[in-house]
Amino acid sequence: MSISTTPPASGLRGSVQAQRLVRRRLNRIDRRLNLVLRMLAVGACALIFVTLVALVFQIINDATQAFQREGFGLLTHSAWNPAEHQFGAWPLIYGTLVTSVVSLVLATILGVAIGLFLSILAPKRLAAGVGPLVEMLAAIPSTVIGLIGIIVIAPFVANHVEPALHGVLGFIPLFGQPPGYGNSIFTACLVLTFMVLPIIAALTRDIFTTVPQELIDGANALGATTWEMIRGVVLPTTAPGIISACMLGFGRALGEAIAVTMVIGGQTVAHLNIFLPGDTVASRIAEQFDSPVNQLHLSTLYYLAVVLVLFGIVSNVGARLIGRKMDTTRQ
Amino acid sequence: MTTTNMNPPGEPVSGAGDSPRRVRLYDRTSAKVPPLPTRELRSATPQSHTREVVFEADEMGIYYGPKLAVADISMEIERNLVTALIGPSGCGKSTILRCFNRMNDPIAGFRLRGQLRYHGHDLYGPQANRVEVRRRIGMVFQRPNPFPKSIYDNIAWAPRNLGMRHGLDERVEKALRDAALWDEVKDRLKSSALGLSGGQQQRLCIARVIAVEPEVVLLDEPASALDPIATASIEELIDELKSRYTIIIVTHNMQQAARVADKTAFISLNDEGIGTLIEYDDTDRLFTNPADQRTSDYITGQFG
Amino acid sequence: MSTTAPITPASAAMPDPTYALTPTGNLRRRLIVSRIVQAGALFAAAIAVAALVLMMVVVAVHGIGALSLSFFTSSLPLEGSTGTAGGMGPALLGSAELVLMAIIVAVPIGVLIAIYLHEFAGARVYWVIRTAMDTMNGLPTIIAGVFVFSIFVAGHSFSGWSGALALAIVVIPLIGSSSLEAISQVPRDLYDAAEALGIAHWRTVVGVVLPSAWGGILTATILAVARAAGETAPLLFTSSLYPQTVQINPLHGIATVPMEIYTLVEEGYQGGVQKSWGAAFVLLLFILIANIVARMILRHFQKKRGL
Repeated sequence: MSISTTPPASGLRGSVQAQRLVRRRLNRIDRRLNLVLRMLAVGACALIFVTLVALVFQIINDATQAFQREGFGLLTHSAWNPAEHQFGAWPLIYGTLVTSVVSLVLATILGVAIGLFLSILAPKRLAAGVGPLVEMLAAIPSTVIGLIGIIVIAPFVANHVEPALHGVLGFIPLFGQPPGYGNSIFTACLVLTFMVLPIIAALTRDIFTTVPQELIDGANALGATTWEMIRGVVLPTTAPGIISACMLGFGRALGEAIAVTMVIGGQTVAHLNIFLPGDTVASRIAEQFDSPVNQLHLSTLYYLAVVLVLFGIVSNVGARLIGRKMDTTRQ
Repeated sequence: MTTTNMNPPGEPVSGAGDSPRRVRLYDRTSAKVPPLPTRELRSATPQSHTREVVFEADEMGIYYGPKLAVADISMEIERNLVTALIGPSGCGKSTILRCFNRMNDPIAGFRLRGQLRYHGHDLYGPQANRVEVRRRIGMVFQRPNPFPKSIYDNIAWAPRNLGMRHGLDERVEKALRDAALWDEVKDRLKSSALGLSGGQQQRLCIARVIAVEPEVVLLDEPASALDPIATASIEELIDELKSRYTIIIVTHNMQQAARVADKTAFISLNDEGIGTLIEYDDTDRLFTNPADQRTSDYITGQFG
Repeated sequence: MSTTAPITPASAAMPDPTYALTPTGNLRRRLIVSRIVQAGALFAAAIAVAALVLMMVVVAVHGIGALSLSFFTSSLPLEGSTGTAGGMGPALLGSAELVLMAIIVAVPIGVLIAIYLHEFAGARVYWVIRTAMDTMNGLPTIIAGVFVFSIFVAGHSFSGWSGALALAIVVIPLIGSSSLEAISQVPRDLYDAAEALGIAHWRTVVGVVLPSAWGGILTATILAVARAAGETAPLLFTSSLYPQTVQINPLHGIATVPMEIYTLVEEGYQGGVQKSWGAAFVLLLFILIANIVARMILRHFQKKRGL
């Protein structure tokens, strides 16, 4: 697009007034188009703001019926019988928390290690090659992961991993007797770990590269090993950023519906034994939302959606607050 | 590596020469942390030719990838002296300095030509451990780089790594006293080091280095980021420290070199654009009667 | 002594054993600890790469067998059929259509939001809009589907455009933040030059800033396409259709590839699962290629800018 601004002086030689006229006309068109641009941009922002607000209100609105009927009891009761108007979502919340926390812990350990690897420990060529691969892990769609989960991972876990873990750690009730099929909280944790891991790895990698080189040099010049330098300088400096990345990963785990619902077994029971099936809030919505038994059932599912929105907002806002604290502590 | 010295640690080693000999510093036969070494103080006579050689650069050169940046550095750094590297900016002084504690190692394409010896040992040899090198040969950087920790933790961090967990308080106090910072910070050891002024932070960095008991302290333009008063305090400190440590300082400030250094090396680009050692001599002789025309050009301000 | 000091042969020949540079004190142990940690990091990276490779191999191995011409062209047989006949033709077409619709809506909106945030917004408004965008980014994707269902689908029927709308809700924050990054990297001097020439603001944005940020915006768009193509949850309640026949009318429910994978797997019939592997393979390949293309474009534009 060509940028023509000043009027071609050649065409208006002689008449200063004519020149001024042309300039003023251009100014009017330009001013109008400036306004158009501004309004379009404002409109776009207003659109998403309104969408977000409308989303929250609409879902809350649809959940009111269930809320009036069940109150906060939904979150504490355990029986889920839609036909009998009995709704208890505690096992779902339990399942959500267990799967999300376990996968967060595993993904954090692996993700931070990978982040360190990609930013500090690995030679540049290796990091340049491995980095995109780790990011690609995040691009795999949930259905595909769910497909792999249910057809490949679940049987493998059921036949090999669960018995082995039970054999070694069976004294802990967490690792009780495996039931022989693979749809379980444990499989869901595994699947979620690989979905959250690349997020934390990519974010922490970016954070670690912001550590000032002079601090790293200072630590190295004092005769510290690489690990001591990381532990003493890199990690403390980036701690808020790491936590922020973890919260974003946590939010992802909390909200994942498809992959989880395909592997978790869909039972409304809160077992301590993670080898048994269970369910999460998002997964329950995915299963039952398109075929509600009655109006209260549908409203209850909207209620669950409100809970899910709350999870999403809390983890996101938390991540931003902590992330902002990192910017202010750095001097 | 087994020691060939038969005497138990602490005993003086007999040898030629009329000057007092050093005490063996580290006890390798036990796994305990070595005690604070006692050193014999030398009289500060720059003219003494029996002074021990700490570093020996033997036609040292530096490659960055295919490019030869520095070449033909051959010099000896003597013990308990302040040796200055001066020269116009961009000719490789800092790069050369960073070779002495292997801080150039992580830089891609870095390769050393020739040899750099530390008490006869090849600093870049297969027997030399980089982390050990850096503990023995400390460095203070151009811009003060205190860790975002408390003053106490800044100093105590490296000794803690080294396993010196007992007597940390004393160690921190001694390091701060030796760095002429103790009186100013003794009441706020737990406060953040980032709250100190520039000069104080730089002295903190010096204290940090000497807390691990190095033998050599490398100073890379330590006062260039500081105001004149802070600079003066640093220079004073250097003068006090040289009785205990061997000091190599890079400075772009000739007057500073004239003030603090016992010996001075003038580094500049040769005709091919490669940094080389032009002249290396006792400071007064170099400044009053330089042997090389290029040196006198630089000193009198003709270029650079 | 002047110029270069002569090397005394004595010091060169006999390294002083007291000053050997081998590890002293606890350094050996510390070095071992450090090496273990580094090995651990390498191991973690290896796990991630292995997971990726394994997943791709598994999908390829299972899926290639299902591919054939009929896979791409024919429709699925009546519900419940256990045979291997039929294909994903309508679903592929439907996915393309919905993704196209979503992108056509999302890109202008996302870019405009980025323009507003960068060109017009004061600090407070910036914070509000930015927070809104980040919140939308972190919203569980199923919520987008629930929302669109509640407003547009409840009481009516599934429709392609509502699915596209839900996809757009998922994708707009991505495009918005990436475009904002791209626009922010346009150097300040271009603005100053334009102002010095008296160019109107809108011309600067459209003629200078956008072309400059073009690479980043294009990359973001391609990644958004890849993301939208793979999303299932927003479509569950908005555009769910069993692809018996080709259906491209957006007022009607439209079948899509990820929805079909999900449905066929949940049904569990052998033939259906076979087809879903094939569909997963095609989907994964598409996303992989899109990611690679996006990366190449980004590098190309970064090189152009001299980075």
